[in-house]
Parts: sequence; C-alpha cells; structure tokens
Amino acid sequence: MERDTHFVTGVYEDEDVLLHAIKEVRSSGIKIHEVYSPYPVHGIDDYLGYKRSKLPIAAFLFGLLGTTLALTMQYYMMAFDWPMIIGGKDYGAFPDFIPVTFELTVLLASFGMVGVFMVSTDLKPWAQPRIFDLRITDDKHVMAIDIANNSAIELAKIEEILKSSGASEVNKKSFE
Amino acid sequence: MQVTSSIREPLVTGGKSYHDVTHDVSRHVEAKPNIRWFLAFLTSAGVLALGSIAVVATLWEGIGMWGLNKTVGWAWDITNFVWWVGIGHAGTLISAVLLLFRQKWRTSINRAAEAMTIFAVICAAMFPVLHMGRPWLGAYWALPLPNVFGSLWVNFNSPLLWDVFAISTYFSVSLVFWYIGLIPDFATIRDRATGLRKIIYGALSFGWDGAAKSWSRYESVSLILAGLATPLVLSVHTIVSFDFATSVIPGWHTTIFPPYFVAGAIFSGFAMVLSLMIVTRKVYSLEDYITIGHIELMNIVIIITGSIVGIAYITEFFMAWYSGVEAEQYAFINRATGPYWWAYWSMMTCNVISPQLFWFKKIRTSIVATFVLSIVVNIGMWFERFVIIVTSLHRDYLPSSWAMFYPTWADVGVYLFTFGLFFTLFFLFAKFFPVINMAEVKAVLKSSSEKVNK
Repeated sequence: MERDTHFVTGVYEDEDVLLHAIKEVRSSGIKIHEVYSPYPVHGIDDYLGYKRSKLPIAAFLFGLLGTTLALTMQYYMMAFDWPMIIGGKDYGAFPDFIPVTFELTVLLASFGMVGVFMVSTDLKPWAQPRIFDLRITDDKHVMAIDIANNSAIELAKIEEILKSSGASEVNKKSFE
Repeated sequence: MQVTSSIREPLVTGGKSYHDVTHDVSRHVEAKPNIRWFLAFLTSAGVLALGSIAVVATLWEGIGMWGLNKTVGWAWDITNFVWWVGIGHAGTLISAVLLLFRQKWRTSINRAAEAMTIFAVICAAMFPVLHMGRPWLGAYWALPLPNVFGSLWVNFNSPLLWDVFAISTYFSVSLVFWYIGLIPDFATIRDRATGLRKIIYGALSFGWDGAAKSWSRYESVSLILAGLATPLVLSVHTIVSFDFATSVIPGWHTTIFPPYFVAGAIFSGFAMVLSLMIVTRKVYSLEDYITIGHIELMNIVIIITGSIVGIAYITEFFMAWYSGVEAEQYAFINRATGPYWWAYWSMMTCNVISPQLFWFKKIRTSIVATFVLSIVVNIGMWFERFVIIVTSLHRDYLPSSWAMFYPTWADVGVYLFTFGLFFTLFFLFAKFFPVINMAEVKAVLKSSSEKVNK
C-alpha cells in the first residue's frame, strides 16, 4: 500500500444524523468509501446504495446440498450397500430418513452460509483490519472518504460538507 | 442517549449512553478477577475434579459401576442427559425464536443464555458418550464410518442415531450462532486493550471492522441462522422424545411426547437462565440491562410452558385410561401411587403447582421468589425425566422381573462431574467473554429519535 493513501473521516454521534449526512454527502457528488458503526444501523444499506446480501441464496444452495447428500447417503447405506430388514420396514424406509435429512440440511446450510460470510467479509483470526478510529467499536459512527476517489472535489470542500452534515469531528487518516 | 417511548417500558434503564454500555460490560473482562470469582471458580473446579473420579471409575471398570440392573437398564444416565439437553434449549430459543418474533428484550440476555446452552449440551453429551463403555470406539457406533465389517453401517431407522445427528447439529449450529454474535464484541474489547490482550482479542475478533457492508451481511447471517435454528431447536427435543416414543414400553409409547418434551425443555431452560442471570446481574451490577421487566417476561414464559407441561401430564393419564390397554393403565397408576410415588408427586408439585405462583405480579417481579422457583422448576424437571424413565421400566410386562433402581456413588459422581463442568465453563465465560451482547444492546438503545434522554 502506498504511503499517501489518505482518507478524510467524519465522526458522527447519532445514527439519524449519520443517515441524513450520508444522503447529503452522496448528493453533493462525493463517493463514500465506507461507513463504520458500533452496531447495525437500521436502513443504512439503502442510504449507501448497497444491494441486498446474497447470503440467503448461499444458505439455500448449501441446504439443498445437505438434503441431497443426506438422502443419498442413507439410501446407499440402508437400501443398497448392506440391506437389512429392520422392524419389518422397507430397506429404503423413507419416513425414517427424514430426521437425519433435516439435521444435515440445517447443518450444511448454516455452515455453508457462515463460511461464505467469513470469506466475503474477510473474517479470519490473522486479519489486520483497517481501523479508522478506535471509537468505532464503542460509540461513534465514522464515515470514511477516500481522497483519491474524489479528486474532482477540493479537500477543503469535502471537509466543509462533512462538518455541515453534522459531523462532530473531521479527521485525516492514512494507512501504511 | 436513551429513548423512552410513551407506551413501552425502556429495555435498558438508567439512561445509559453507548459508551456506558461498552464500559459496563467490558470492564468485567478487563478487570483482574476478584476473590468471589476465584472462590466460585475453584469450587466448581473442585466439584469437577471430585466428579472425575466417578468418570474414571466408569471408564476403567465399565458401566457396571452404575446402579443399572436387567430391568432398569436406563436410569440416571439418560435422565441427566435429557435434563441437560432440555436446559440447553433456552439459549437458542431466546436468540433465534425471539429474534424472528422481533422481541428486542432478548438482546441483553441472549449471549449468556446461548453460552449456557452450549455448556449444557456439552454436559448432556457426556452421558451418551460414557454409557458406550468404550467411548474411544464410539465414533464407529454413532457415525456412518467405513469399517472392516463390510462396511456395516449405523442404523438410520433408530431414533438413537437420529439423536446423534440432532444433538451434534444443534451443538455446532448454536456454537456458530453464538460466535458470530461475539465477533463485534471481541472487536470492542480489542479496541480498548493494549499489549497481549489486544493480540488475543484481535485474533478472536477475526479482524472485525464495523463496516456497514459487514453489518449488513452480519444481520443477514443472523436472520437466516435464526430461521434455521428455530425448527432445529424444536426438532432436537422432538427427536430426544422419539428415543422413548418409538419404543413399545408403557408410559413411553405416546404421540404426545414431542410437543410435551419441547415445552418441558423451554420450561427448564428458562428456569436455568433465570437462576444464572439473577446471580450474574447481581455480581456484575448489570441491573440496568437485565431488568425486572426481563425477569417478568421470562417468568411469563415459565407459566405458559409449565402449564403446557401440566396439561400434558393430565392428558397422558386420560389417554392411558382411554386406550383401554391394561399395561398402559397400570404404568400410570403405578407412577402416581407405586413405590416411586414420591418422585411423581415431587414432579407434579415442582412443575405444575409451584410455577402457578407466577400469576401473582408480586411474585413474578420478585427476584428472591423467582430465584427460588427457578431452582424448584429445575428439580421438578429432573424428576419428570426420572419418573418417565425409571417408573416405566421398573415394572414392565413381566412381574417376575420387577425391580427397583438404586443409584451408586458412581451415578452420583458422574452427575456431579457434569455440574462441575457446567459451572467451570460458565465462570470462565463470565470472566473472559462479554456477558451481554454490547452491539445488539446498542442497536435497541435508541429506536426513535424524537425523545432522547441525554
């Protein structure tokens, strides 16, 4: 990473001020790098123009995989590989296979979706996150603006817009 | 910065700001453990050590160490197993079902309740593992692993095998759900810390940065996990009840078992959550987060589920009579009036009668009364399982084999071992993990911007 990756950050105290600020900043043509919050702010995705997460689709597909694997495994083992009559039932006793099928569906759907979440959000024990402000995980919302992405607008202008949108502090931040 | 709606009681009292929430929860992780914590921890570790003598004896000598006989082949082991699994239902119910129902009061109790769930399921798992006799070979009996006998597979028609899948899925999904919730809070502790603690909690927080994109995915994951965990939590005790209901033992062979077991599980789980939370809120001064309102709501769940359980007991009796099956009728008369009458009536008193006291507002908003009754409910729920299991088995179809069950010191010891394990894990959790989900409490602190208590 280059030394001169600079960001301007606006620190907000309140979630509603923040949401209005996002609207104002975006309408003035500034591209927001990202907004950081200590907790999930309701409706922030719409203000930032983020699309809905596709994680539910991942969960569904993994669940489908779980159902298929579970039924295949049970039919293969009980009806083909070593058929046995148990309790006078069919070799492929479909109703008896439902509990395990259900559990494996839930197991694969959950683990598959969480795996996708970890990868897409880059969550791993050795991750070195860019922390714009230590108070993000405490009580402050921080809006980060990448100066390089907003070269058309003067720095002073960006700072002024952040201030007027309700930021309690406007800081500069750069990462190694 | 807290909002007081004109119609609803605030979820968090004391006019807390976001920073107060961070501070009130994190300071217990950051402070040096006090003498009370050490005493509590050493006591539970001592119980664990004492109980492990019984565990070693069971592993060394075999399950002949237990008081089982040819008539009562299942007793304390399965009683304790079902009891612990039942307790392990509250956590996921609180975090998943109440999330789907948008019950925001769950935010301050879900973390500890989920931790309790995970520890209770670990304790429960000890019993099926130990009763295998040679647990080191257990994977071949419990999982469909290829083996030199053909492969001779496990029997997917058996409810005991369904249970293996149900409990292990429940455990792993609950663990993941719990950990996802912990990630942002570990990041909070990381950002307040320096030195070694920063490194440890930094690794635990998986590099969480609090970005809006991450939160959006986090919320998506929480919602889907809740949607998956809701049928899961109901399925687990349903499948546990199949262990009994699919058999042909009088007193077990009934279709009412699944809903009745699930209600009983929620009932005992909430009681255990209350016992633990009442102590935790006091010791950690978290009265503003876990309010009397929370205690009252949990007590209402206890009245509802306790009443469902009560109706189930009466329905069982009616169905035994109505079925016209002599063995079934005798099993129930024997429960209430036979040699185990004291267990039956302890169950009835603790589970059906005493929770009805919560109809009085004074009692359900009293901390002392709630604490005492929550313990009573847990005793009652232990007796419920004991009654179902032992009284159904001890007088079966052949009067010549009728017998009584007497626990040995090893039975008591293994049960003590799980108590030691449970509390040791819980105290470690209470010291090193944030006991309240800070991020989610912050999210419900302000739900409207009109009335703000600065």
